[in-house]
Amino acid sequence: MTPRDWRIFVITALFIGFFPWVVQPVKAISHYVDVMVFAGIFTIVCLGISLLMGYAGQISMAQAAFFGIGAYTSGILTARFGLNPWAAMPAGALLAALVAWVVGIPALRLKGHYLAMATLGFGVIVHIVLSEEVAWTGGPSGMVDIPGLQVVGLKLKSELGWYYLVWTVVFLVLLFCFHILHSRVGRALRAIHEEESAAEAMGVPTARYKVQVFVLSAVLASLAGSFYTHYVTCLNPSSFNLMWSIRFILMVMVGGMQSLWGALLGTVLMTFVGNEWLHVFADFEVLVYGAILLLVALFLPKGLVSLVPRRAAARSI
Amino acid sequence: MDSFTFGAALLQYTISGLTIGVIYALVAIGYNIIYNVTEIINFAQGEFVMLGGLFAVFFTQTIQLPVSAAFFAAVIVTGCVGFAMERLVIRRARSSTVLSLIIITIAVSILLKGSAMFWWGKNPYSLPAFSSGRPFIIAGAAVQRQAIWIFAVSALVVICLTFFFRRSAYGKAMLASADNPSAARMVGIPVRQMILLSFTLSAAIGAAAGVSITPISLMEYDRGALLGLKGFGAAVLGGLGQFFGALVAGMVLGLAESFCAGYLSSGYKDAVALVLLLLALFFKPEGLFGSREAAKLKKF
Repeated sequence: MTPRDWRIFVITALFIGFFPWVVQPVKAISHYVDVMVFAGIFTIVCLGISLLMGYAGQISMAQAAFFGIGAYTSGILTARFGLNPWAAMPAGALLAALVAWVVGIPALRLKGHYLAMATLGFGVIVHIVLSEEVAWTGGPSGMVDIPGLQVVGLKLKSELGWYYLVWTVVFLVLLFCFHILHSRVGRALRAIHEEESAAEAMGVPTARYKVQVFVLSAVLASLAGSFYTHYVTCLNPSSFNLMWSIRFILMVMVGGMQSLWGALLGTVLMTFVGNEWLHVFADFEVLVYGAILLLVALFLPKGLVSLVPRRAAARSI
Repeated sequence: MDSFTFGAALLQYTISGLTIGVIYALVAIGYNIIYNVTEIINFAQGEFVMLGGLFAVFFTQTIQLPVSAAFFAAVIVTGCVGFAMERLVIRRARSSTVLSLIIITIAVSILLKGSAMFWWGKNPYSLPAFSSGRPFIIAGAAVQRQAIWIFAVSALVVICLTFFFRRSAYGKAMLASADNPSAARMVGIPVRQMILLSFTLSAAIGAAAGVSITPISLMEYDRGALLGLKGFGAAVLGGLGQFFGALVAGMVLGLAESFCAGYLSSGYKDAVALVLLLLALFFKPEGLFGSREAAKLKKF
């Protein structure tokens, strides 16, 4: 991490730390803490997308599927088999990693439109499985009565507890992602994004790195899915369909795909937009999403962070 | 099981599989036309099919046109939507990265779907068949008259397009624009117009598929994505850019889906075509009928 990143990190951490103290006493916005828990969970997914799409340049339309694999693995293992949530979480991550690995090896040989279609198809298949395996997942009517989380023997009841737990995880993941980006692997990923054949000629094992970053993004999505499950304690396949994959990508695009800070900013912003400010549109919020997606892709392809003055943003990773 | 009814059931599944397969083929042809000219995969292709069906419903029920007139009206209006999509959106994105282009066509598909929900609501709509009458009975299996129409429409589209691209100056100019845009421009081909034409044509063909299928399987605002994905499966399986390949591959997908629904599980019938799509992309991205050499030149 550059000194600039550390500065942003400290400022963001302070902001997140004090945020509940400011909003909770105000009745009208006290539920913002709840919104921020969701924002934190989605940020974990979106940091993975930022690594995969923003840095390595590999498109995936299947992140909601991995989010769902984590969520349902946690849900099924804890609600049906009585496993401890903290043990179910790595199980979900392992399953997501395995699936991502098996799908990723052939899929990441494809590029651009074809990779997008392949991951899209895979995502839809996962969604069909979640809806059809009624005996395991409860099918379209979903699952209920999933236990919450316990931290050091104490049941996590309040939104505030969840808030600090989730955001601690977000900052740990953020540090981990920065660490990767400043390592040999991170430089290799950016080289793949710039020009894959050149990277390969320089001796970068492109195929292996691409699959690895895909697996990593799947694990992050699955982890987020597990937290989501235990927070909302009920599941429905419609939270893991194609529209959600697109929403995650939109979150990252709004903030700025090629910056982890952009992913964080975009996710928080779009979660508020989605959970708070679009309710007036009810069913038609999908139109607003489409419009935002189109406008961002056409006029602001590098996201909000690209509006930061160039000098300050120089080499922002 | 009685061998006669088994045979009749088999035939019935085959017929319904071929019918839906031809629709996938038409969707695939829509992808192929745009791909042939721009090497873009248009993620909004399925929405054109949905729009075609719903516009036909609008023209028959609200404006009270006869079905044949409604067919052409729906095809023309959807063609205009394709025209507008290119003119207003794709043209602005000419210098975008592949990633942005993908996102842009997805955004358009969301907008089209959302607008359809806005106008028509969430209910499925039906349309009268193109010609009324009882289904034909062949060896115990029923063939709906609409199925014959679907075959006729697709055969006509495939034949016309093959001639268009092989023989006509416009068709050849479109292929040249895809092959090498700057060289095409050099010999005087208006590449931008060719791209505009490709989007219009592709939307119109998608709409033709949509109108044809609506009397059999109804149409609602959110059918586009899945139809689009399966059509893309047919396009890849048949070799991108190839019309005849798309036709055969579409029927293969339709048959696989219909047999799965009949003999295995109807819940997983949608997954069958997608699994075949993944297998095709992973192991034979040049398609069943594409050549490996030609595939190397494409941007897989």
